[in-house]
Amino acid sequence: MKKNIKVLGPGCAKCKTTYNNVLEAIKQLGIEADVTKIEDIEEMMKYNVLTTPVLMVDDVIKVKGRVADINEIKTLLTA
Amino acid sequence: MFDWLQHIVDWLIYSVFGLTHGSKIGDAVNFFVFDTIKIFILLGFITILMGIINSYFPIDKVRNFLTKRKWYGLDYFLASFFGTITPFCSCSSVPLFIGFVKGGIPLGVTLAFLISSPLVDAVSVAMFLGMFGWKVTIVYVVSGIVLSMISGYILGKLKLEHLLTDWVKKILENKQIANENYEEEKQTFMQRLPDIGKEALGIVKGVSIYILIGIAIGGLMHGFIPTGFFEQYITKENPFAVPIATLVGVPMYSNAAGVLPIMQVLVQKGIPIGTAIAFMMAVVGLSIPEGLLLKKVMSTKMLLIFYGVVTGCIIISGYLFNLIL
Repeated sequence: MKKNIKVLGPGCAKCKTTYNNVLEAIKQLGIEADVTKIEDIEEMMKYNVLTTPVLMVDDVIKVKGRVADINEIKTLLTA
Repeated sequence: MFDWLQHIVDWLIYSVFGLTHGSKIGDAVNFFVFDTIKIFILLGFITILMGIINSYFPIDKVRNFLTKRKWYGLDYFLASFFGTITPFCSCSSVPLFIGFVKGGIPLGVTLAFLISSPLVDAVSVAMFLGMFGWKVTIVYVVSGIVLSMISGYILGKLKLEHLLTDWVKKILENKQIANENYEEEKQTFMQRLPDIGKEALGIVKGVSIYILIGIAIGGLMHGFIPTGFFEQYITKENPFAVPIATLVGVPMYSNAAGVLPIMQVLVQKGIPIGTAIAFMMAVVGLSIPEGLLLKKVMSTKMLLIFYGVVTGCIIISGYLFNLIL
């Protein structure tokens, strides 16, 4: 099944790193996924987050407030 | 506490590398090596310690804690206190702000948290300990918390809710009690430790470049500027030094890691410590980039009042520091 991944963050360095890590993890795993980057704060608040960046997989918050590294994302996506 | 390290560094610099003891270059290199190692030891230690506390009191828990009951003013203290142990990057300030007020936490309490979080954190505590000793560190931490409480309290009393931006007001109108489905992590201490270590390592890595640059500049100044050099320009008796230092610091954006090594040298060379701390608080606590982010939730008028109140409190604490330290 195609994974749905969302990265929430207003565009700071940490959020960009998370986003790039996600892309890299997907490439390394060779899977298909929808990756969305949500930078608009009003949109972000619908997900009730407190700290950014946030990484969501299939609409479940997996990581918040810190950068997830590539290996961690790979584990999250294969779980 | 770090005498043993100074001996090793002395031996390394003067005996192994053969630099002359007392020469400008020798002093500068010695200062750089000793300070770098000392700061990184302290930094590793304190980020892990704060990481452990934070793992048991994550931000979501703090919010639920503050919303669950009425605190009758104690919430200003709690918010300021939890702000110090919660690491957060300035780009989280808006989601945090909304999340707090949406959950029913008063505006002043939310602002107290926002002020204290960047002001006192693991990095600044570690660096203060390394550079000024435990007495100055305790005074700094306590006054950071008190300053946040007082600023938050004043801002709360000013009733600024009508100055929030429209979309925030809309959120507040149909605020629902934040869903309390926060899941307590059931991990044991040993299971948490790897994550805490990883997190601490990330923080240390993130600030290490600033520390190195800061200490390098500090080392150069240490070796080449004569002791007491600044005393002829800035003295405790000059009543304008504190406000000027604060106002210069407000627009600047840096973290404690970059500012403190330079500050240490400035103090050694004769700048009063209260003036230096006021400058540092202004640099790490308030900045133009943070202000631009907060414009999303505050009108310009509210932002100016917010910055004005905090700046005022920093100036007052600068005078107090000069009196007691």
